[in-house]
Amino acid sequence: MTRRLKRNQRVDPVTIDNERRVGPGAGGSPPALQAAQALPRSGAPVSPGPSSGAFDAGGVLEVAAVRIAGGELRDDARAALVVWRRELIRFFRNRLRIVTSLAQPVLFLFVLGTGLASMVSKQGSVHGVALGAGIDFRTFMFPGVVGMTILFTAIFSAVSIVWDREFGFLREMLVAPVRRGAIIVGKCIGGATVATLQGLLMLALAGLVHVPYSPLLLLTLVGEMALAAFMLTAFGLMLAARITQVESFQVVMQFFVLPMFFLSGALFPLSNLPQWLAFLTKVDPLSYAVDPMRRAVLAHMAISAQTRRFLGGGMTWNGWRLPVGLELGLVAILGAVVLVIASRRFAKPD
Amino acid sequence: MPRAVADGPDGISDRVPPSIEVRDLRKSYGDIEAVRGVSFEVAVGETFGFLGPNGAGKSTTISMLCTLTEPSSGVARVSGHDVVRERLEVRRRIGLVFQDVTLDEYLTAEENLRFHADLYGVPKDIVAVRLHQVLEMVGLWDRRSGLVRTFSGGMKRRLEIARGLLHSPRVLFLDEPTVGLDPQTRAHIWEYIEQLRRREAVTIFLTTHYMDEAEHCDRIGIIDGGEIVAMGTPEALKAEVGLDRIELRAQDQDQVVGALRARFGLEPTVIEGAVTIRVANGAEFVPRLFGELGVPVLSVSVSRPTLDDVFMTFTGRTIRDAEASTSEVNATRPWMRAMRSR
Repeated sequence: MTRRLKRNQRVDPVTIDNERRVGPGAGGSPPALQAAQALPRSGAPVSPGPSSGAFDAGGVLEVAAVRIAGGELRDDARAALVVWRRELIRFFRNRLRIVTSLAQPVLFLFVLGTGLASMVSKQGSVHGVALGAGIDFRTFMFPGVVGMTILFTAIFSAVSIVWDREFGFLREMLVAPVRRGAIIVGKCIGGATVATLQGLLMLALAGLVHVPYSPLLLLTLVGEMALAAFMLTAFGLMLAARITQVESFQVVMQFFVLPMFFLSGALFPLSNLPQWLAFLTKVDPLSYAVDPMRRAVLAHMAISAQTRRFLGGGMTWNGWRLPVGLELGLVAILGAVVLVIASRRFAKPD
Repeated sequence: MPRAVADGPDGISDRVPPSIEVRDLRKSYGDIEAVRGVSFEVAVGETFGFLGPNGAGKSTTISMLCTLTEPSSGVARVSGHDVVRERLEVRRRIGLVFQDVTLDEYLTAEENLRFHADLYGVPKDIVAVRLHQVLEMVGLWDRRSGLVRTFSGGMKRRLEIARGLLHSPRVLFLDEPTVGLDPQTRAHIWEYIEQLRRREAVTIFLTTHYMDEAEHCDRIGIIDGGEIVAMGTPEALKAEVGLDRIELRAQDQDQVVGALRARFGLEPTVIEGAVTIRVANGAEFVPRLFGELGVPVLSVSVSRPTLDDVFMTFTGRTIRDAEASTSEVNATRPWMRAMRSR
């Protein structure tokens, strides 16, 4: 409180004479003024100087003294925090969205997954690798479907900024005395948190597809989910910066989100793909987020080395298997870069 | 009453600097010149109204003053800070109420205000007091926990006004504060605005295309086609138009017309069954009229010139005609355009 005041003591020397305020109808001491005075009295022990001097007796009153921050790192952090909090309030208030967002991955995992699993086990093997024996196909799919949950929720949260724009609330945020980057960072972390929470709901279903509830595994997955959510929300914000109409959301889904999802290896192993497809999976950022999750899950399954190599073949560059740390590092760096681009795009003045 | 505004930049030194200071401000969108060099000053504590038809450049001007749109040329200072170079400084000192709703409808009234308070860094111990004050003022304290989307249009606008005041701004910008509201709600909004003028001593800059509302302002500027065509107090502007209108109803109109011609040298016209004359000071003229007319009259009414008359005098058309002709330009509102290009 005191610190804040010191920092913001650069209060305008704008003063107002009593003429207007002490006119009829403004008798007594209006509450607004009491509040305005409360701040410097309690907070600013220093009396000389233009700011506190404004409260000197002598017919001149400083009115709008509830004065305020902006433009400094602390203010930006506070702005990001409040934007983040709003995302969470909105998430928890919209229970229907939570449930409907869960429907799609559940369908993929239990309907598509079960269907494919029966095919796989009838065949007995894929590319000569026995599958049915050691692992349920849905176990394989599980990290992919968790990734999908994250993807859709993160992009949806990010693109909600287009709704904010459409319904005017974005303007309320953009005219605030804070850097726009702070708003975008808040929005990004908010979207990432929401996506991670939604992912957690999916993670709760792990047992149904034979993924053990091992604390270490869950912890690893949550961390990887959060990282993926951060990158994807930033990516969505970068796209949203150029979207001015709610209708364009479909375009984003068709041209970015679905390709990202299908190419990420969420639904099929990345080993032994034809070259063109293998190439596309390597440029899909989501691949680098799904692969670590899949490796974490497979590491906790009792399966043969051969199966593990086939299913968890994962991301290779020119035959070199990327270590998990590098994959996660790439995701983090990409997220940061994309977030900077998104902030720049939003900060561009008219 | 507003204090006299300094005529030139030299007048600033020995008096309170103006709250808003605009010099030859211009804004073009491609070939369209939305604002063509406006200059004016608004004194601290004054309520200044920007009056004009839709598409006249009101919103673009306000948008530049609020740092949302960068001027093509010219200078504008708000509360002593340049709107281009000192964007954040300006933003700290202004409150905004936009033409369209900018509330989060999925949050409660209180949550919307708290969001705003946090965003503007209103100190924690003041937020509660201030929140109560502003909500009480607009009569929404009891509804503070209600989701905004359950609010009526008038309630939303009131909430926006409360929010605009929450951080105790020096200047409050109201862009068409009553547009789209029913007459009763409009009247209420004006009550709140009057109230906050008294209580908060804040400079108010508003735009409106309702002539009757401009009467609430200390001073108005009439803008048409991106230029200010007249500026002054409503009274002064109406005085410039000059003549009051007197309507007389009588059994025998022709007799009244004849008497007016003969005894007062006036040239009456008959409009919708009423004999109408225009005189400089209607109220003072009526006693004389009764004393000297000598013809029975059923009723008499005196009306002062309205701002509609003022607008007509300065632009050569009524504001409704002006709106009809600018409605195409208005199809893409400057606000929206400004925001969309972000």
